[in-house]
Amino acid sequence: MNRSHWQRPRFRRAAWALVQRNFLVWRKLLGPAIVLNFGEPLIYLLGLGLGLGMLIGPVDGLPYLTFLASGMVASATMTTVSFEGMYSVFTRMVPQKTWDAMLATPMDLDDIVLGETLWAALKGLLSASMILLVAALFGAVSGGWMALWALPVAFLLGLSFTGPAIAMTALAGSYDFFNYYFVLIVTPMFMFSGVFFPLDQLPAGWQAFVQFLPLTHAVAVIRPLMTGAPLTALGLHLAVLAGFGLVSFYLAVVMVRRRLWV
Amino acid sequence: MTQGLAVTPVPVIEAQHLSKRFGDLRAVDDLSFSIPAGQCYGFLGPNGAGKTTTLKMLMGLASFDEGSLRVLGHALPQDARAVRARVGLVPQADNLDPDFTVRENLFMYARFFGLKRRAVADRVEALLAFAELTAKAEAKVETLSGGMKRRLTIARALINDPELVILDEPTTGLDPQVRHLIWARLAELRARGVSLILTTHYMEEAERLCDRLVIMDHGRILDEGTPAALIHRHVESDVIELRGSVSEALFTTLRSMSAHAERQGTAVYIYTHAATPILEFLEDADNLTVIHRRAGLEDVFLRLTGRGLRE
Repeated sequence: MNRSHWQRPRFRRAAWALVQRNFLVWRKLLGPAIVLNFGEPLIYLLGLGLGLGMLIGPVDGLPYLTFLASGMVASATMTTVSFEGMYSVFTRMVPQKTWDAMLATPMDLDDIVLGETLWAALKGLLSASMILLVAALFGAVSGGWMALWALPVAFLLGLSFTGPAIAMTALAGSYDFFNYYFVLIVTPMFMFSGVFFPLDQLPAGWQAFVQFLPLTHAVAVIRPLMTGAPLTALGLHLAVLAGFGLVSFYLAVVMVRRRLWV
Repeated sequence: MTQGLAVTPVPVIEAQHLSKRFGDLRAVDDLSFSIPAGQCYGFLGPNGAGKTTTLKMLMGLASFDEGSLRVLGHALPQDARAVRARVGLVPQADNLDPDFTVRENLFMYARFFGLKRRAVADRVEALLAFAELTAKAEAKVETLSGGMKRRLTIARALINDPELVILDEPTTGLDPQVRHLIWARLAELRARGVSLILTTHYMEEAERLCDRLVIMDHGRILDEGTPAALIHRHVESDVIELRGSVSEALFTTLRSMSAHAERQGTAVYIYTHAATPILEFLEDADNLTVIHRRAGLEDVFLRLTGRGLRE
């Protein structure tokens, strides 16, 4: 009869009720949401891609805007789900007590963490789609219709990066706590996973190290899909993302239980 | 197939020897109680007495270390989700969705119970009327007053048409108008056969609403019964309250004349079954304010839990 924090998470359809709730709130706050998830990466893409691109010429045989756009699809997804999994989830868990309200219904914590994860990944997918669309409009997608396969990969990437974000939320006493994760985890991945420059520019030791960053594997799949370059080690990259996602989701569920079970 | 009808109805709650520890603190200590269906049942106690923890156990939201608990015939903690499907909760702190309107809050909450929009459409309108919020149906929750939020929280707790509603301090911080409206609505629910469980710090509320109640302190039940029985059992029928400076000599005299007397700051409380001689004795004491009243639940509460502050 004793429950364990480590017991296997259950996946139930009840989680969709939370996805639906978050969607309805998001629809009401569309303006600020679009500015954050779409506007910011768009400015990066145009500022760096066009501006810097004029200075540095082709990278890996691609115009810099084309090279960068494929990396930004991955990094914007990561940033979006990290914000959602930390700031927004914390808001619903602590000050707004939305989770408390749901826990008085047949929903339980497993459903809530699953619902939040699916919702964050959907928001990540939206960010990825927006960048893909803008890049296509600027002629920066050379892979043709194959580029659409980048979107399911971005969704997987979103799922796997929501786990650590929610796990951080389970530890957080306030919003300030998230600075650690952003500065120590998100920003380094943003800079060193091949979003802005090819990894073979890095010293050999660094090249080995960056293979441990999950975002590296997302970029390694999304870039060839969007630019038409040959895909290599697809299974390995997807397995790393899926494995990272499963482990981090499980940890998120366990940490949330540790915080909230009475 | 009429044999089954003679069976006594299943109690809504059957708790036996419930205990829960937080480290060294025994938050709930060997609690046993049974709550019959269709009643309003109160949990009274000072802050930290274990009331909220007990309510969380009833909802399957808090585990317990020892004992057994059945709610509406379901064993907890195993059947927590089945229990919550049939119970409504009005929590102590408001947790309405601030981004939604009043009506949207009700529809969204129905979704968490797995109820379809079309299936609850009529109930949502009926609950808006019940809570006197129909005119505010399109208002955002952020713009509501405290009393409106509380009424919406109560309406929301009824969205699944529960057989049992648990209310944790339902009228704390509300003005008398709202409090009376809520009392009327709770009485209406009870008349419809919904069982109610509530905690409160207002003894008047408990005396008015509760068929039976328990008084708890330090995680234990001190006594259980109807409000009248508890008053009869623990305090004398009359209370004489004196305000002003009561000398030690006078206090000693009053103590010998009454069943029980105590000092609290500049006030003296005298408990007795025979008030007349004491009142006559006090007629000359014109520097004192003398208040004579019937003993109530508040006197029982203070007698059982003491006058020390709980912080």
